[in-house]
Amino acid sequence: MRIFDPHIHMTSRTTDDYSAMAAAGVRAVVEPAFWLGQPRTSPGSFTDYFDSLIGWEPFRAGQYGIRHHATIALNPKEANDPRCRPVLDLLPRYLVKDGVVAVGEIGYDSMTPAEDETLAVQLALAVEHELPALVHTPHRDKAAGTVRTLAVVREAGIDAGRVLIDHLNEVTIDLVRDSGCWMGFSIYPDTKMSPPRMVQILQRYGPERILVNSAADWGKSDPLLTVATADAMREAGFSADDVDRVMWRNPVEFYAQSGRLELTAKPQEDTFAGSSILRGGS
Amino acid sequence: MTLDDLRTALKAVPGRDWLDDAESRVRADPGQVSRLFAQADRRMGRERLAGAGDWTAGQAARAVLLATLDDAGTVARLYHEGDAAERLAVLRALPLLSIGDAAVPLLHDALRTNDTRLVAAALGPYAARLDAATWRQGVIKCVFLGVPLNVVADLDRRTDRELTAMLSALAAERAAAGRPMPADAADLLERTKEQP
Repeated sequence: MRIFDPHIHMTSRTTDDYSAMAAAGVRAVVEPAFWLGQPRTSPGSFTDYFDSLIGWEPFRAGQYGIRHHATIALNPKEANDPRCRPVLDLLPRYLVKDGVVAVGEIGYDSMTPAEDETLAVQLALAVEHELPALVHTPHRDKAAGTVRTLAVVREAGIDAGRVLIDHLNEVTIDLVRDSGCWMGFSIYPDTKMSPPRMVQILQRYGPERILVNSAADWGKSDPLLTVATADAMREAGFSADDVDRVMWRNPVEFYAQSGRLELTAKPQEDTFAGSSILRGGS
Repeated sequence: MTLDDLRTALKAVPGRDWLDDAESRVRADPGQVSRLFAQADRRMGRERLAGAGDWTAGQAARAVLLATLDDAGTVARLYHEGDAAERLAVLRALPLLSIGDAAVPLLHDALRTNDTRLVAAALGPYAARLDAATWRQGVIKCVFLGVPLNVVADLDRRTDRELTAMLSALAAERAAAGRPMPADAADLLERTKEQP
């Protein structure tokens, strides 16, 4: 079984997690830029964070045989702080990088005018840079937030097939399914979505345009819940091919629209002067 | 490896038209170099470049773009704004440029990272411009990180009594912990410890 976790914040996770994920079959991840618990107060904090997402973190993942890509954006919560808004001007330099496969996470947190504006601006950046977009739906007032998100996506003129709307549930799936956007589900220990509920959704709707992620971060979360969901699918009678479609081929198809998804080994990154140097520190 | 070697080898790469065009654009408008430098790997490819040792086509193309401007400020900016592969390409290109000592701070930056590719690349031929104390720390860091010492340019000639003493101390710590020294570090110690 091969797993592609299309949304996980590895910056907040330990090397033990990488090790356990690799052992359980996770071969590739996408790490969206988001907030870090502690609000940031200057663009410099963001550049160091973004640099890590295209520098140190892919190297760290590579030590465990996991391919790491990123999505880059100013998240909606921090978009509300005027001190962080200049981050928008820094984004073009990141959106041309090889490891960046989408603009994200964008979307709504509290549905403020500042969030309206940054969402629209960043969807336009996705169009300009020929990148897909990863759009988060708000934790509070989710259904209304999803409706408003889809309206902004339509106005932006981005192809629905290049947009992934994430953190969905039984209440919001129909809206997104009808829009033509991809549907993301974040499997969490207590909140958002659980493996048994995810299986029921897949039984009802089928695997088309559905992505499953752990969205593991610095909160209570579990990077192996993608694997648990795959196991629950098999127990419920889904074929190995169905599981592979949801857990690998769907995320590959979505992010490959960037033209930058690189899932084969890059020889020059794994060796230097002909010798393996991915052994890491001691 | 010289820039002419890289240019010759790049002639056989399917993306060479892209590179020719990119060079002209950079000459006409140096402000375009950031975007083109970022694209070079996916346009030119990540495979080894035939006739260019262990250089990849993307790295060689990036070296050519850097040489087109050959400007220390641009080199530093592309390094600092680059992803890991771009930084690696900048470090490899440094000995091929005419920027004197101006890029030595980039070696210090790379040696501060824990990315073995960058640490290794920082100890190539351009490290001849690095002060002895920093260079010794770089070599010892390679031993710690498991980076093979054949990446270090001019290793035997530059190894001095201080480095030999540091290697001896590390060997003693490893022996106390029951852990082996990497074979190449043990060999270096053996070769150099008797020197006056």
